[in-house]
Amino acid sequence: MTYSEVEQIAGYVGNFKARIRKKARYVNETECTACRACADICPVAVPDEYQQGFSSRKAIYIPFPQAVPSAYVLDMNNCLGNNPIACGKCQEACEKKCIDYDMKDVIMEVDVGTVVVATGVDVFDPSVIPEFGYGRHANVITSMEFERLICAGGPTDGHFIRPSDRQRPRRIGFVQCVGSRSRNGGNPYCSNICCMNTVKDTLLLKEHYPDIQSSVYYMDIRAFGKGFEDLYMRSKEKGVRYIRGIPGRIDEDPDTKNLLLTVENTTANRIEKHDLDMVVLSVGVIPQRDANVVQQLLTLSKTSDGFFMESHPKLKPVDAPTKGVFFAGCAEAPKDVKDSVTQAGAAASRSNILLNAGKVKVEAITSMINKSQCTMCGICARVCPYNAITAPDKKKGIYPVVIEAACTGCGTCSAECPFDAITMRHFTDEQIMAQVETLLADKPMQKILCFACNWCSYAGGDMAGTSRLEYPSSIVLVRTMCSGRVDRKFVLHAFRCGAPLVMVSGCHFSDCHYISAVTWTQRRVERLWNDLEKWGIRPERLQLEWISAAEGQKFARVMRELEELREQVTVEEVEFTKKVLQNKK
Amino acid sequence: MSEQLRIGVFVCECGLNIAGTVDCDALSEDAKTLKDVVCVIKNKYTCADPGQNEIKKAIGEYNLNRVVVASCTPKIHEPTFRQCVAEAGLNPYLFEMANIREHCSWVHPHDREKATEKARSLIRSAVSRARYLQSQEEATVPVTQSALVIGGGVAGMQAALEIADAGFPVYLVEKQPSLGGIMAALDKTYPTMDCSI
Repeated sequence: MTYSEVEQIAGYVGNFKARIRKKARYVNETECTACRACADICPVAVPDEYQQGFSSRKAIYIPFPQAVPSAYVLDMNNCLGNNPIACGKCQEACEKKCIDYDMKDVIMEVDVGTVVVATGVDVFDPSVIPEFGYGRHANVITSMEFERLICAGGPTDGHFIRPSDRQRPRRIGFVQCVGSRSRNGGNPYCSNICCMNTVKDTLLLKEHYPDIQSSVYYMDIRAFGKGFEDLYMRSKEKGVRYIRGIPGRIDEDPDTKNLLLTVENTTANRIEKHDLDMVVLSVGVIPQRDANVVQQLLTLSKTSDGFFMESHPKLKPVDAPTKGVFFAGCAEAPKDVKDSVTQAGAAASRSNILLNAGKVKVEAITSMINKSQCTMCGICARVCPYNAITAPDKKKGIYPVVIEAACTGCGTCSAECPFDAITMRHFTDEQIMAQVETLLADKPMQKILCFACNWCSYAGGDMAGTSRLEYPSSIVLVRTMCSGRVDRKFVLHAFRCGAPLVMVSGCHFSDCHYISAVTWTQRRVERLWNDLEKWGIRPERLQLEWISAAEGQKFARVMRELEELREQVTVEEVEFTKKVLQNKK
Repeated sequence: MSEQLRIGVFVCECGLNIAGTVDCDALSEDAKTLKDVVCVIKNKYTCADPGQNEIKKAIGEYNLNRVVVASCTPKIHEPTFRQCVAEAGLNPYLFEMANIREHCSWVHPHDREKATEKARSLIRSAVSRARYLQSQEEATVPVTQSALVIGGGVAGMQAALEIADAGFPVYLVEKQPSLGGIMAALDKTYPTMDCSI
């Protein structure tokens, strides 16, 4: 389904329900024969996005000749009006009568067992780097624009010209790492594809125009893949100059529009000035600008570079942390065509394992209601992020019921139930209280007890470990599936056992693996802060932090900060706390 | 709880990953003193076959009804060890892990004494939790035999085709009016210099 967007995804592995909006195209895509009669008559011309704005298209257009589906689309934002009095020419011209100005968006609901996220990347915008003059100097273009200018299907039919005077340039410079491997004006990561793309571009130019002079300004040429080094060597043999150094500035001659590029040639160890006719900025890629939408729909996490985080960087490279969701292509990290295809195959294969089995075992971590203690107050049904608990009816004597297939085991119901009427299987009160007591049995003043959610904070601790980021050994963790499971009585019990400092940590709001369970964590901790204050206990002794699985550095930093807080807690304070909390619930 | 608890504790050295920082002998000695612990075995690599076989053997020999492995993060090897104890006839939910690598030896490498002390606490905590573990049965849920692919660039199209080739319906959703993504806007692609469309 093209021209469509996923608006909502609910459910869990094997049982996702997705709502898809198919946007109105105003052209019946099955009837359209792409005869072009509509576009020929359309009076509106706007810049053609596909041709990077080098040429124009009509308000009714086909994105490119080989588009799939091979059908026109009406860009309503630029159409003179779907009011036929205003224009309506295309509808008249269409022999097949497939233009419908009243077409509406269609909402579809589909049931699927697995989801592959292949949302790709966007391209870095170099106008934020003023020294390269992109947008000011006519003959400084991006590598994406280069693609259109050299392409037979491009605006110049493949005749390579420079924008200022439509003449063929003779001296071209390629600037590498634009927006990549940079801490100012760009992103710190390597975009993976730009080195080889430039090597390819220089060869294309040599193929078209053997006399052309190309220079590549680089910091490292990363030609690490199969066949890459060969291609690089071929480019060098053809006479392309590779100069180690990223230009400091590019100036334009106002008359000729030629460019003067200043670069520190770090091999020769001197500042050089090069006269060029044209410069191509080899732009990097950035995470898809609207990736947050899909991130929230599927409760995914991102690594610090903004790409989606995989379940395990080596052993589960295409699995998302959310079961039944897989990654393909650049959504997970910048990669070239071959790697995208390889990863797509892996994602399809992982998905097919589940689809083929037709069934999947889910962890037995679900909640159970103990009728003997239940008062049918209905809090559990209200707090469940999955609506997995049916609401009770006190008048009719109907108890709440847990729908096991829908329960994902966050434990919020169990933590919120004021009557201890809900048992969370495999994360029971007894199990967690026993851990708290044991961890604080010996030298409690030296300990910081931290409740960490399985998906984010505990995994953030793992990341700190894998990255060997040191922090004080006073920190001890109790794992729960979700921070929503952390009952206030666990926290109070930890203080009662003599903990100087307690931390509750979970996922950031946008990555909560149980939709909105962390909001209950926050409310609970806020209420505890109020109560602690009321009882004369410093609320700072209870800390709340959101740490994602990718944030090993943050985990270690928070732990070091906690240690400083712990050192300020006195024995008297802890003894006082124990006494005050003796009968508190 | 009517049954008599019989807990086995397996301390993993993980080569030098754990043993390089933490005194695993001291951990084993400490575990032996814990209530209901009837067997303590130290291994160089508990996750490897010999280590797993030791667990299986001990379950039979000591009639263990709870197993605690002190090694790495459960996010890596909990499934491994759950399967291991299940193969020896124990319900997989009667297994518990103490993370003395990611959360201990790797982050406190310069203080053997304190790291050992922390690891001891973590093992004791895991044993105390293990006492309350109960057998659980996992529910099997049906899988709807179709897939959603979000994004119709080269990766999305390839994934969709391969899932469809395996015989499952696929919904491929692309926000632009045409499939193709960024690749469709390229002229040639490296390293073979062939056309992108």
